[in-house]
Order: sequence, then C-alpha cells, then structure tokens
Amino acid sequence: MDLLNYAFMQRALLAAVLVGITAPAVGIYLVQRRQALMGDGIGHVAMTGVGLGFLLSWSPVWMATLVSVIGAVAMELIRWYGKTRGDIALAMLFYGGMAGGVMFINLAPTGSNANLMSYLFGSLSTVSESDVTAICALAAFVVLVTLGLRRQLFAVSQDEEFARVTGLPVRALNLLTAVTAAVTVTVAMRVVGLLLVSALMVVPVAAAQQLSRSFAATFAIAVAIGVTVTIGGTVTSYYQDVPPGATIVLLTIAAFVALTVLAAPLARRRARATAAAHPAGDPAECVIPASREADGKVGV
Amino acid sequence: MSEPVISLRGVRAELGSRPVLRGIDLTVNSGEVVALLGANGSGKSTAIRTIIGQVPVSDGEIELFGAPRRRFRDWARVGYVPQRTTAAGGVPATVTEIVSSGRLSRARFGVLRKADHEAVRRALELVGMADRAKDSVNALSGGQHQRVLIARALAAEPELLIMDEPMAGVDLASQEVLAHTLRQQVAAGTTVLLVLHELGPLEPLIDRAVVLRDGCVQHDGPPPKAVGQHALPGHDHVHPHAAHDAEPIRTGLLS
Repeated sequence: MDLLNYAFMQRALLAAVLVGITAPAVGIYLVQRRQALMGDGIGHVAMTGVGLGFLLSWSPVWMATLVSVIGAVAMELIRWYGKTRGDIALAMLFYGGMAGGVMFINLAPTGSNANLMSYLFGSLSTVSESDVTAICALAAFVVLVTLGLRRQLFAVSQDEEFARVTGLPVRALNLLTAVTAAVTVTVAMRVVGLLLVSALMVVPVAAAQQLSRSFAATFAIAVAIGVTVTIGGTVTSYYQDVPPGATIVLLTIAAFVALTVLAAPLARRRARATAAAHPAGDPAECVIPASREADGKVGV
Repeated sequence: MSEPVISLRGVRAELGSRPVLRGIDLTVNSGEVVALLGANGSGKSTAIRTIIGQVPVSDGEIELFGAPRRRFRDWARVGYVPQRTTAAGGVPATVTEIVSSGRLSRARFGVLRKADHEAVRRALELVGMADRAKDSVNALSGGQHQRVLIARALAAEPELLIMDEPMAGVDLASQEVLAHTLRQQVAAGTTVLLVLHELGPLEPLIDRAVVLRDGCVQHDGPPPKAVGQHALPGHDHVHPHAAHDAEPIRTGLLS
C-alpha cells in the first residue's frame, strides 16, 4: 500500500472514511422523514458560505458550516410555518444559495471558478491539515448526535405527532437534525463536493434497506457501505486518476444496484418463511384506508 | 364525581383561516370511556389534536389531569394512537423498534432499561403481536399496523388513552383483538377518549358519546343507538374513500 506513504493520501483517506460514516448516519433520519433531498438543498446553501469564506478571507469550511447551519434552520422554520407556500420558499433558498456562492467567489480577490469547482465536486487530494482538523471535529459532533440520540431521533423521524405526546422536545430535535445534516454537508464538501453530498446521505441507506428489516441493521449496513465506497473510491482515484467524488458516488450507486439484485431472492425466501410461520395470518383485506399522515408536511 | 382527566372549555381552533372548532366543551372523567363521533370534517380529529398540542388553540382552555395543557409535562400518563394507516416510515423498522419509542416518555435520556424492555414486550402481548416482535412492520397487514400503534401507546402504561379512529381500515380479526385489549385496559381503570366513525364492536365499552357537528358539540350523553340498516347484526360499515386520499407510492428518494 504505497499510497499510505503520502501525507496527502493519509489525509484524503481519513476525510473519506469520516464522510463514509457521517453521511449515511445523518441521511438515515432524513430518509426516514422522507426528506431525502434535504442534503441537496443544504449543499446549495453552503455554496454561499464557501463564497463568503473566499471574499472575507476566512476558512471556507467553517464559513460554509455557519451558512449551511443557518440555511438548515431556515428550512426547518419554513417547514413549520410556511405550510402552503413552503416549497416555493425552499426553492428560493436553494437557488439563492447557489447564486450567492457564484457571485461572492467571483467578487473575491483570490477566488476563481477553479476554486468553485473544487467545492462543487470535491477535491480530496488538496485536503489540508486544517481541513482535516475541522472535518474531525465536525464528524465527532455528527456521530455523537446520531448515535447518542438515536432513540429520540428515531421516534421524531418516524412519527412527529406521536413523539410530541411522549414529551420529547420535537422542535429542538428537528432543529438538531437540520443542524447535524448541515454539518455533515460541510464535512463531505471537500470529499465528494456540494453537488454530490446528498448521494452519500441517501444512496447507502437505500442500498441497506434492500437487506435489512430493522432500523438498527439499516443504520449499520448503511455506514458499512458508506465507509467501503469512500475508501474504494479514494483508492481507485489514486491509481486510475479519476475524480474521487464522482467515483465514490458511482460506486455507491453500483452497490445499490448489486444489493437490489442480490436481495430479490432473499426477500422471496423471507416472505415464504413469514407465511409459513403465520399460516392463519390476516384475511385478505380489500379496504385500503386513506392516508392522512402526509398532511401539512413540506417535502424537502 | 371523579376528577376530570381531560377538560376542554370553549375551545376554538382554526386550520388555515377556516374555523374547525367553534367553542367546544368536553370533559372526560377518570375511568370513563368517551367516544367522539361525527361526520367527516366535523372536527373530531382536530379536537383530539388540540388536546395533545399538535393543533394550536385560538381561544378557550384545555386541562390535562387538572393542569393547563401548556404546563402539562407528565406525558408518561398519556398514551396516544394517532390516525394512521401505517406504522412504517421511510426506513425499515421492526415491530419492537416502533413500540419501544412509546416507552421514551418513561425512559431517562432515551436509555431503555430492563423494565422498559419488559413493558414493551407486555404491550406487544396485549395486542397479540409478541410473535411478530422482530418482524419488519412493512410485512404487516393494515390491522396489524394498528395493533402495533396501540402497543406503542400502551408501552408507557398510560392512565389515559387517546385514540383517533383506531378501527379505521382494520380487518375483523384485528377489530376483535383491539376490542379485547381495550376491555382489559378499561377494566384496569384506564380512562379512554376515542374518535370513532361508528361505534361498531366497541359499543358495549362506551360510557358516553359526544357527537360533533360543524365544530360544535351536538350531543353529549349515552351513545346513540344504531338505526335502520346500521343496526342489523353483522353490519359492516364501509365507506368508499376518495382515490386521491390513497397512500401515494413513496420511494423515500423523491418526497
């Protein structure tokens, strides 16, 4: 493994592994809430932070963290208050964030479109010492929240109305989820880029679902897939000179397809086992009741 | 007269700008089983959702166990069964995982101890789902979903059960199980407030019926007797529901 002799590759691999852990760990709650595209929206908003970082000569990573946290909180507030026009407000937030980023980076004396590209699509080999420090601190926060509060976040993401009646601080937990997602976006920004961040939050979870029956197993498998593809993509990009961000995302999608194909016979066997274990079962039901749970929710 | 567990006085609520509750008075005393009846759109579900704080109240007072609802914190005393057709979310979850979240009101910092796991198991036994504890909820029928949601409410061992149409879309076998579970709870002294579309198999349990119409209380007293065709034994009251209400296909990716 000669690639480990290079300091830049050590940093790249460390950053990649941390992204492989944190992105699915947050993504699972977003998928559970059916807000799979929220990561994408935060990624757009984070662009403004990167642009501001260049313009004010501050660290783009910390500036992007700050702006995307503000953006994520704004999205959560829009979800509460803007029930009918919520999607329009969110769209404006996304596009405004993107446009702001392009504008600020062009106004910045040191900024150029090349800088922009490295944040849009990731630039793993240029991850610096200070980037690694920031990524480690942010990743620790994400792991602490997503594992430490897993029961609370599970309850709120599963059924917000019910969670309220268990006395959980639903709004605070929703805000925390949004902030954690925003932090994850900036952790992943240098690795896969802002435009591809959401893929690592969503696709490993979707792939894990093909195999799992429980939330805990989905969580574990999704993180395992995340770590595997981020390491795999980073190593591949070292030997083949391909962009690591795109390689990682394509590998994740390949994992999803492979698991879907493999899981089909497994699902059939499980269905047969269930039918055998519960021969009486329920009578065939013809009444399909209407769903009202989606009322008042603004999908992101 | 026993103390009121739920008390609504002159409660008004709007959804958007449309008044849905126009001054409701409702009292549920300890140990009572009260059914909230009324047509679609009469405000039954909204009334329930003001009690749990999901819908804001524009006027009037709500008290739970004698405390103003805004200051009420003792949620472990309340079990809630929301109106759902599915217990599933966007990610697979087992029956136990779903029911365990009902125990969070009694768990400190979200840590479930041995006694909590036992309470979850007991709740599953009460609804006859203990043998499906490790199955994914995605593999269950509509009636079994409802049983899981009720087990989730029972996991906290509540003194008050609030249920929003627990019998909607439930097959006959599960209706029997639910009626039996509820009988046990009532016998143990649990207070129950439930929204029903029709009295159905729960009729013998119900002490009092409150009928809502256009956001006002129209009747508060003994449950109304079914008349005409509805009174025939074995009458199965099924309404066609509008197709646009049906659960959309969700991939979890684009919603």
